[in-house]
This record gives sequence, structure tokens and C-alpha cells, in this order.
Amino acid sequence: MSVDVLVVGAGPAGLSAAAELRRLGVGSVLVADREAEAGGIPRHSWHTGYGLRDLHRLLSGPAYARALASAAVAVGAEVRLGTTVTCCAPGAAGGFGVTMTSARGIETVGAAVVLLATGCRERPRTARLVPGDRPAGVMTTGELQQRVYLGNERLPGRALVVGAEHVSFSAAVTLAHAGARVVALVTEYERQQSYAAFRVGAALRWRVPVWTSTAVSRVAGREQLEGVEVADLRGGATRFVPCDTLVFTADWIPDHELARHAGLDVDPGTRGPTVDTRLRTSAAGVFAAGNLVHAAETADIAALSGRHAARQIAAALGAAGPVAAALGAAGPVAAALGAAGPIAAPDGAGPTVASVPVRVEPPLRWISPNAIAVAIGGRAVPPPLGRFVLRSQEFGRVARLVVRQDGRVLGRSGPVRLIPGRPVHLGAGWLARVDPAGGAVYVAP
Amino acid sequence: MTDPGSSVSDVIIVGAGVVGTAIARTLAGYRLDCVLVDAALDVGTGTSKANTAILHTGFDAKPGTLESRLLARGSALLRSYADATGIPVEYTGALLVAWTPEQFAALPGLAENARRNGYLAVRPVGAGELYAREPALGPGAVGALEIPDEAIICPWTTPLAFATEAVGAGVRLVLGAGVTGVSEVDGVYELASARGVLRGRWVVNAAGLGSDVIDRMFGGDGFTIRPRRGELIVFDKLARSLLRSILLPVPTARSKGVLLAPTVYGNVLLGPTAEDVPDPSDTATTAAGLESLMAAGRRILPGLGEEEVTATYAGLRAATEHSDYQIRVDAPRRYACVAGIRSTGLSASLGIAEHVVGLLGEAGLPLRPVASALPLPRMPYIGEAGRRPYQDASLVAGDGAYGQIVCHCERVSLGEVRDALASPVPPADLGGLRRRTRAMNGRCQGFFCAATVSRLFSEVGLP
Repeated sequence: MSVDVLVVGAGPAGLSAAAELRRLGVGSVLVADREAEAGGIPRHSWHTGYGLRDLHRLLSGPAYARALASAAVAVGAEVRLGTTVTCCAPGAAGGFGVTMTSARGIETVGAAVVLLATGCRERPRTARLVPGDRPAGVMTTGELQQRVYLGNERLPGRALVVGAEHVSFSAAVTLAHAGARVVALVTEYERQQSYAAFRVGAALRWRVPVWTSTAVSRVAGREQLEGVEVADLRGGATRFVPCDTLVFTADWIPDHELARHAGLDVDPGTRGPTVDTRLRTSAAGVFAAGNLVHAAETADIAALSGRHAARQIAAALGAAGPVAAALGAAGPVAAALGAAGPIAAPDGAGPTVASVPVRVEPPLRWISPNAIAVAIGGRAVPPPLGRFVLRSQEFGRVARLVVRQDGRVLGRSGPVRLIPGRPVHLGAGWLARVDPAGGAVYVAP
Repeated sequence: MTDPGSSVSDVIIVGAGVVGTAIARTLAGYRLDCVLVDAALDVGTGTSKANTAILHTGFDAKPGTLESRLLARGSALLRSYADATGIPVEYTGALLVAWTPEQFAALPGLAENARRNGYLAVRPVGAGELYAREPALGPGAVGALEIPDEAIICPWTTPLAFATEAVGAGVRLVLGAGVTGVSEVDGVYELASARGVLRGRWVVNAAGLGSDVIDRMFGGDGFTIRPRRGELIVFDKLARSLLRSILLPVPTARSKGVLLAPTVYGNVLLGPTAEDVPDPSDTATTAAGLESLMAAGRRILPGLGEEEVTATYAGLRAATEHSDYQIRVDAPRRYACVAGIRSTGLSASLGIAEHVVGLLGEAGLPLRPVASALPLPRMPYIGEAGRRPYQDASLVAGDGAYGQIVCHCERVSLGEVRDALASPVPPADLGGLRRRTRAMNGRCQGFFCAATVSRLFSEVGLP
């Protein structure tokens, strides 16, 4: 079997990319996902708020997951579930050979283009080197949500949440739903990192305090969790907090195993594969989108990243010729999909001729995409949503971000507040001033 | 599991760790009625499950000791046993790396020590060759000793294979039966346990961290277990390409020091620390321990700093005040004590078992070989070097459950989970399932799979 585009991961980015690829007339699109249901993280995230920026309506996570999957299937993308991609290697006759295992067997599918949309996960307790016993009752938000929403588990007793980002409050809501009493959210930062309204809502409705400048310094309980020792990072004092469930939230890391095994360059900041503004990785024909390249943005942002990748892939395939010709022969399907004639590059820019790296300086931690694709005529291709996304490693005063190349100021952002774990956005109005032959572009507060 | 009941067995083996299970499978080759008991709900849950997972040659043992002899013998036996039963082993070899002139000066003595232990293959390696073989090694290494036969092994499959073989040959496995007291009535020992009274003519004490307590019940007072805790860190599989061999430090009087080793699951292991603790069940990790390991690991392999940690754990070595194994058979009492095995029990297990069974025979235990020995069990393969079920096209084609992956990081299929739950020595809890399949042992630590795997386990129900 052979397809034009193989998408790895049926989360918001992968499904949105698949649907967009078909809408743009790409002949065959196969999405492989290892889970039994499509949709990625939103499958088990039952609060509302999904779909705002991509579908322009508000849905619960599962409804959003179903909507994206139906949309992809409706336009002719094939979605294979329970299918694990184990290897992605260059094919003998160009393109890639993608090996996958499922209950149907082991198969290698040829693909002209591969889009990696494998998402991200939270760092577990072990990766955070939290010492102590190893009892049951310690988990991440991902596990918590699946236990509660997919498995209908009850979690009576006291719970402690590590982290004070949006997802941490989401975990607190899930815990309350499962019958737990949330003792507190603890964060090593001096402040919480969620929006004030959400915090107030959580505090009022569930009376959950946020303990700032506090670290979980030890886990106690031989079989079942009995409690944790927490340390006050200001004074160093420790105290014991009894609890039955401990949830480690946020601290996202891309699920980058396939990318690493495929030998793609990895950005030291995002720890996902490096991508340019066309979401091309370091290997020709391999693209990456969604929270694999910016862990973690909201699902709708991941979806729009997938759509952006789809437009770039469609353009690349159109320019390559054979697929466009095959599409012409397909006729009715392409017409039905509204793809009139050959696919044009979405930004009218044509092939990439140069790539200029984009880097950040402390306290910024990372920026995505990690490079600017420059097309024929020196035109810089804008990133998804026309903006770069960044993270800070510490709290900062309200400041403007300055964009420089070779000592020259290309532009400044509006005032931004730096909060760890919270997205900072940088508009791309300065792209036109990038020198395609110049050095790396640096962003700093 | 069977009800202990009132029958009188020939031998009761107390402790189903790697040593106790090895003794049980060795005794199962004779026409004896044996019972293997353990306080835990599974085999291999003490020192056996949390160690450095190295199949030692014994090159660094103290020459002339029982440990030296049984380690050399046991290591050779286990290599062929692992091959026959499918216990994952990789013959990586080891490099004992010197980082200072003083350490470098100690290498010839270590080589001589190996020769006195009967191990002749050690070889000095210069800095140039060392860095050619281990290019990710941190700066400053001045030379090394190569121990080509040091290997890595799966510490979980090993006692499971022994127990599976023993149970298949008729040994009764009684779990959750901590022994609380002993009395003797008309030449029959009665062991009080949480699962009732166990009756037997001979008793073998292989209780590891609890062996001194059992020994005192039989009148012994020759040793005290001094648990030595070793903390370890397991790095992500993506770190595996950073090293090829086991990287050993130059040992000190107190400990073998901190080593780095590949694991048969495709990870990198860093540790252990060495700390005497009073509580023989305190397997907690500590902030200081993990910090010191991370610092040591980054010095040895700087690339580790860029990789994620998958797991941290601590194991307790059953050290005593003596430097050698505490093995003796008391013929009049029909009692064998097999204790003080410290950190070499995995490698020496089959040698210890052979030795102990020999002593039991000399002491009067009738050793009549069974008429026809059963074939060795073939264990599910959970290593990374060979072919896993998800990679086996004909296996998946024959049964789609082997293509249905439930634990993504470790690529454990539904078929393997199902097989483990239906195995002769089934898991009693999720920890047991992890040790049999690797499910939930990967980098996400359950983010993606724990809810599903837990549900699979509870649907099948406790054995």
C-alpha cells in the first residue's frame, strides 16, 4: 500500500491536517493512531472550551475529538486506529516506508510525505526526581482523566495536585468529579500560572488553595499513598500532608520517540523536532505539527498548526508534480472537494530557498517554529496563525520582546507578561525585514 | 496457589526470591514433595526485583571465598539456563574505568584478583581504545580494564523462570504466607504463617532480608542482616545509544561504586548508592541519593544530562556483618540456612542452589532423581535485543492480540498481558504484571496506558 501523506497521530493536529489535505485535493491521506479511539488528549478531557479558534464553537473534549475525526473521515481521509507506527525510514524509491503494527498485522506503507503529529505528555513523578516510596495513587493528569472519564473510577479521599497551570486546575476539577477532596495545588513558583478567573472559580467552587513556593519533597506510603512531605522553598521548612492521590500536572514533553529514531534534528528548547515556519523538519518530506513542536498549546492551536502543515504539504506535493497529475485524473473527487486545478502554494511563495534559525535568550526557554523558511524572491513564510509561540522559564515583568538579527532590530512585540508554562505570542510582522542570507534571529525580552 | 493443608512435605523453602526459587527448581529434579513459601504475594519481590541486573562473572569477588566459587559456577549455569528458557541476556561486556592516576594504578591489582578467581579474560584497555569504544564517555578517563564476559540480564524473568519450572514439576507455591513461628512435633516442623500451618521435615531458609529472623527461630545467632540500600535511576531508552558496555567504577572497600549499564529493556541504569538502613523494608529513594547519582552519571556520560529519567527505585542488599555468604546445613536439625547473599544472588543463584542441594544430600535428605525431567519452561521474551511480539509478523498474523499494543512506550501487546495473567505463576498485582510484561514501565509511567492496563488486570480478577 502507498499513500501521498501518512499522518502519525489522530489528535487535533493530525486529524485537522488530514481533513485539510483532502480539502486541498491531496489524493490519499492515511492517519495512524495507536489508541482505540481518535481524538488524542481531548478524548478524556471532559471540560468545555474546545474548538474555539478552529471550529468556532465550544465543545467538550470528547465531542471535539469526535467532530475532528468525523470531519477527516467525511472528506476521505482514512483513519486507522489501534495502529502503532514503529518505524519511519526512507523508502527505496523515494518517499518513506512506514512500518505499523495493529491487530490486522504488521504492514509497511509507502508515503510521499510523513507528518508527525504525535503530541506530548506530562513528565511523571520519576522524571521529576521526586524521592520517597513508590506507592499506588501517584499519577499524571493524563492517567487521572482516563481513569475517571474513560474508566469511571472513583477516587475517594484527599488529593494533592502538583502544578498550578491551567491543566492543574483541570486535574482538580476531575478529582472533584471523582469524589476526591483536593487539599491544595502546590507549585514551586512564587505565583500560580493560570488565568485569574479560572483560579477564582476553582477557589470558590471547590475551595482549593494554591500553595506557592512549595515543592513535594518526598512521597510516603509502602503500598498505597499515605501522604507527601512538602517543603517551603522560602524558608526550607517541611511538613507532612496526608493524601490518597497525588497528581503531577503539566511539565510537558513532546512524545518525540519516532522523530528521534528517524534521526531528525531536535530543538534543545522544545525538545521536539526542529521545524521551520512551513513545519518542515530537518528531513526532506517529513513535517511535524501540533504539540510535538510546542508542548503544550491548547487543542485548537494544535489543530490550526496541523492545518498549516497540511497547506504546506499540499503545496510541496503540488510543486513536485506526480501527485498533482494524479489528482487531475481523479477529477470528480477533487472537484467535489472544491480543489480547482493544480494546488498553489498557500502563501504564493513557491519553494523554500533558505532557512534562518530563530532562537531565544533567557529567561525565554523556547520558541516555535525554530526557523524561518524563505521562499523564492526572499519572501519569508509566516508561521501558523501568523505568530511564533514562546515559553519563559521564570516570571518576568511586563516587557516587550525584541527581535534582532546580526545586531539589527527587526521588530518589537507589544507588552507581554512572562509566566512559566503560559504561552507568549510574538507576531510575525517583522518577517519581511529578515535577511535570508543573514545569521540567526534572536528574540529576547 | 494451593491450601497449605495438613499434609507433610519433605522440604519447605522459606523465601521465593531468586535464591529460594533456584533451590526449589533444583530440588524439583528429585523425588521430593516441596513447598516454596514467601511473605509477599509474588516471587522475586525483595532484593531480587531491585538490583543492578548484571550477570557477573565474579572477577571482582574475594578469592577463596564461597561467594567467589558459587558466583563463577552460578554465572556459567545461568548463562545456559537463560539461553534455554528465554530469559533476556545481553553479552555487552564491561569496562572498569579509571579516572585518576590512583585508580589507574589499581587496575593491575584488580586484574590479578580476577585471575585468582579463575577468570582469565580481563585485559587492560588504553584511553584511546576506551574512547573509541565508548565515544560518549566524559573527559578524563585514563584507562580501563575490560571484562568481556560481564553481561546484563532480566532480574524479573529469572526467578519467574525458576518458579515456573518448580511449579510445573509439582512444587507447591504458597504466597502471602510470612512465617511467624516454628515448632517441631515428632520430627516434623510446623511453620506458622499468615496462610495457616505448613508442615515439613526439612526447612531451607532463603528468606533474604528476613533470613536472620528465620535463622533465630531455628536456634541460629551467627549473623544479623544489615540492609544496605542502593538507589538507582533508569534513563529513557533514547539514552541507550550513549554506551555499549557496562561501565564500572574502580571499587572501594565499602562498595562496588556507581556504575552505568545498559538494561535488557533498552534503557540505561545508573547506580547504586550504598547506605546502611535499619528497616529491611525501606526501599524509599532520597533526594541526596538521586542528586549524587545524577552528578556521577553526568560526569561519566555527559549526554545523560540531555535525556529523560524513566524510573527511580531503591533495592536492599541482604548484607551481614560477615564478608562471605552465610550458608550452612544443620543435619541434626534438618535445616539449611542460605543467607548473606548481598548483591550477587542473581548471578550465583544456580550455583548456590546446586551447592545447597548437595549439602542437603550429604546431611541425609534423600536425593533420588525424578524418572523423567520435564522440559524447561520457555518464558515470554521481554528483552529488547531479540524480537518482541509486536515485531513478529507471523505471531501477529496468527493472533491479532499480539499486534494490539496497550502499553505504547514499552510496546506491550494485549496478547502478552493476557498470557501473563494466564501464566502458571500469575501476577497478584499491577507490579507483578509490570515485571512480567514491562507494561507501564516506560517513559510515560502510565500517562497513556495505566488506566487501560489497570482495567485489563481488574477485569481478569485476582488469581
